[in-house]
Amino acid sequence: MKNRRLSWLSAPYVLWMALFVVIPLIVVVVYAFTKELAGGAWVPTLENFAGMAGYAAVFARSFLLAAIATVICILIGYPAAYLLTRTPPGFRRVANMLIMLPMWMNFLLRTYSWMFLLERNGFINNILGSLGFFNLLNGLNGALNGAFGLALPTDVAYIEFLGTQGAVVLGMVYNFLPFMILPIFSVIEKIDPRVIEAAQDLGANSQQVFRKVIFPLSLPGVLSGVTMVFIPSVSTFVISRLLGGGTTILLGDLIEMQFLGNAYNPHLGSAISLVMMVIVLVCMGIMNRFGEGEGEAVLL
Amino acid sequence: MKKFVALTLGAAVAAACLSGCGGGGSAGEVNVYNWGEYIDMSVLEDFQKETGIKVNYQTFESNEAMYAVLDGDGADYDVIIPSDYMISRLIEEDKLEPLNFDNIPNFSDVDPELKNPEYDPENLYSVPYMWGLMGVIYNTTMVDEADTGSWDLLWNEKYSNDILMIDNSRDAIGIALKRLGYSYNTTDPDQITEAVDSLIEQKSVLQGYAMDQIFSKMEGSNAAIGTYYYGDFLTMQENNSDLAFYLPEEGTNIYVDAMCIPKGAANKENAEAFINYMCSTQAGLKNCEEIWYSTPLMSVREELDPEVSSDPMAYPDAEIMAQCESYTNLPQDILDLYTSEWLRLKA
Repeated sequence: MKNRRLSWLSAPYVLWMALFVVIPLIVVVVYAFTKELAGGAWVPTLENFAGMAGYAAVFARSFLLAAIATVICILIGYPAAYLLTRTPPGFRRVANMLIMLPMWMNFLLRTYSWMFLLERNGFINNILGSLGFFNLLNGLNGALNGAFGLALPTDVAYIEFLGTQGAVVLGMVYNFLPFMILPIFSVIEKIDPRVIEAAQDLGANSQQVFRKVIFPLSLPGVLSGVTMVFIPSVSTFVISRLLGGGTTILLGDLIEMQFLGNAYNPHLGSAISLVMMVIVLVCMGIMNRFGEGEGEAVLL
Repeated sequence: MKKFVALTLGAAVAAACLSGCGGGGSAGEVNVYNWGEYIDMSVLEDFQKETGIKVNYQTFESNEAMYAVLDGDGADYDVIIPSDYMISRLIEEDKLEPLNFDNIPNFSDVDPELKNPEYDPENLYSVPYMWGLMGVIYNTTMVDEADTGSWDLLWNEKYSNDILMIDNSRDAIGIALKRLGYSYNTTDPDQITEAVDSLIEQKSVLQGYAMDQIFSKMEGSNAAIGTYYYGDFLTMQENNSDLAFYLPEEGTNIYVDAMCIPKGAANKENAEAFINYMCSTQAGLKNCEEIWYSTPLMSVREELDPEVSSDPMAYPDAEIMAQCESYTNLPQDILDLYTSEWLRLKA
């Protein structure tokens, strides 16, 4: 009953959701299932979905790159978050701030800076060059060529980082890593120390404590981290354009082309967006099902 | 989605109008919709001082974005300044008002070469605002002079991994068509497919596709060859004097951004007064010196620094102009083919 009296407090949020999430979503659905005839009349159609198989390669590439980025984020983010909870509170505050610091800068700006870092005459290649790395590499290659009759290049002057899928994954990991660390950190931090003490009292060694107690209890944090990294990664278009050199496109590029590019077909763009949303929802649903049993204790 | 954008923008325009009405301009107002960073803003004040007509000025980022807003509620704007192919699309869809040229006497100052263009053959709907040519930009320290002159440079294996192609289906497929000796505006699917086949071949020598990223790539000598507009090349050259530019011998794209009045505009006469003012020597000179694209006004060309007005890349002779072609709107099935072929290249 108490809750009901305060429910009006949620009105601003409900209004916000309705205006900027629900209504646009309905617009997307309407666009996806219609097309515009030459005279300007709109008719319902499934045509927009018929050609979807043609984009299978783009779908596959986007989901694969996003999945790789997410796994790397877990591998980097989980240990970082776990170790952070073992540090004194003062250090923890500073570390937390440092993790969030890059987010105070514009996303586009940060991605552009990576472009300058990775460029052929960019910062990293310049540093490698002035440290004599390329001379060393060329010398080494020359020696190997002499010794084994190989044909390794001996005139390397730079490493081509940009325009590779590796650069795209790097951009995703860099931009979205904080969204993996922070939820894991806040979940581990809230684990009741008495649970761990109990495990220790019952004779578990530190490895067992981690494996049987801390890790299962931290899974909800991992799950929300995965969601927060995977979804923006799968739909990004700026990262692939700036760091990927535009040679291979991702779903985000494909959709953007339909709205602001030469292709201009909002109906098809909406259909692609809708299919993407459904696939992401299914992925998330499956994952949450896996996490459910173990995560329950902390979810409450 | 576009309806929603249109609504929001409509509200913004309405608000601008309300605040404008408070100012009390007795001669009314004119709502202008132009590309971003594409005018000397003081020209608007001058116009207002001279005529008493209040200018509500809004900008867009792409022809398609403008089209989406116009499609929502075209009557919000009195003057729009889209590019050639978009003008031809708007004419085909009957979304433009024919101009009364009696109210635009300064139209006589427009270069005859630019009158009756492909996108508006009888010149009923548009008055050119700015124009320019696309060409090849190259770094003289990295590229052998003997290899330049043709679109072939963009396919030259010698410069493998040093070449940037334009990241836009119409321009990229257009270049490939021109290189094969076809028209930019061809509607023959076989020619388009052949062009895209050659683009797929080209992919192995490319460093990547770029639009505005080309500025930092060329300025920092991170790539040797790229293709863009001459006005933008001048900006790049300011930051890297090793860069040079040429117009390919097969012919190239001339783009024109022109002033039009959308159907149902509320202030048509004010719009014509505005267009006329923009064609005056005084306003044309100010705009040209602000953005450095080529001006269509002959009197302005005379007033410009001779070094600029005699620049053969900015104001080429008739022989080169004859080889240039502007984009017109393509039929929907060809546009769809462009999209699917572009994905064949990129996906």
